Amino acid sequence: MAKFSKKTKTEESIPTSALPDIIFMLLFFFMVTTVLREQDILVEQKIPQATQLQKLQKKTLISYIYIGKPKNTALYGSEPRVQANDALMGAEDIVQWVNQERDLLPEADRGMITISMKVDRDVKMGPISDVQTELREADARRVLYASTGKVQN
Amino acid sequence: MARKKNRPSQEVNAGSMADIAFLLLIFFLVTTTIASDKGILNVLPPKLDPNNPPPEIDKNERNIFNILINANDQLLVEGEFRDNPDGLDEEIKLFVLNFGLPNDEATTLYNSLPASLKAQVKRDAESSDHPGEAVVSIKTNRGTSYDKYLEVFDLAKKAYFDIYAERVNLGTDEYRALTGQDDAERALMDRGKEGIPMAISIAEPDKIGS
Repeated sequence: MAKFSKKTKTEESIPTSALPDIIFMLLFFFMVTTVLREQDILVEQKIPQATQLQKLQKKTLISYIYIGKPKNTALYGSEPRVQANDALMGAEDIVQWVNQERDLLPEADRGMITISMKVDRDVKMGPISDVQTELREADARRVLYASTGKVQN
Repeated sequence: MARKKNRPSQEVNAGSMADIAFLLLIFFLVTTTIASDKGILNVLPPKLDPNNPPPEIDKNERNIFNILINANDQLLVEGEFRDNPDGLDEEIKLFVLNFGLPNDEATTLYNSLPASLKAQVKRDAESSDHPGEAVVSIKTNRGTSYDKYLEVFDLAKKAYFDIYAERVNLGTDEYRALTGQDDAERALMDRGKEGIPMAISIAEPDKIGS
């Protein structure tokens, strides 16, 4: 039975030289998917869930508008407010804001501007319909109700 | 066979490389917000021109599927009260595919449908004439919660996407994932939609009871 004697020496350490590569791969994934937040969101954002989500092909066409209860209620009150870019604004400023956003786009795409409405789920329809009326006024009629996926049963 | 003796390894010690990469990784993990550009697309109606009032709409009542949501998030669907919107997608689907009084175009459309969709055609005289006429109307109150509105809107969209997907023999999720990037995808999308416009009308909210 001498043939089956144990081999004398085995490598005892696990090779870890591939570990950095794995970590780098993860790193690159996160680097690519990261969008560094360039603005503070001043309103609460609990995005509602829905099932029929669609993705837009061109992200450059999207401008974001945030609606929700202000986080700083002492300063801004507890009624839902509209935020675009970095500041809260009243409904009457939306037309101007849309025109500014539209001017940033290349001329051929201006008609296709899409407003992504990130609305807190506790907001009532009143403020939202006011915003939509203003968006109609500004002729930015493509609206995306931002929502997260719901697990279907 | 000449065996190599134990020599000091010639590799650079790369063990700490992982630590460096980990630090970077953790930084990006913390700062990441995976951009969520997903949502439900809606196209608002054009603004009202005061000189040019919108044309009077003379649609038959049977061609409109009325959904009202009040400030307490209760629903009135086709004049019937209910507490939650469960099952609304199936009802809308049946309503759109009713073919109660099809014209010539709609008859051709009906003949082009796959058997699974034909099986759902009820031909109820009280419901919509044909898909080209059918309109789903959602009316909210200023006090309705956005959550409920979105849920109902979502179900109405689901009904239409189900029909489109079934026409081109895809799953609903697969159909919705089509972006129309190339001609084949666009052709598939058009084939699903053809003759069945997604007519979801969002009425201006009521001011009372908010």
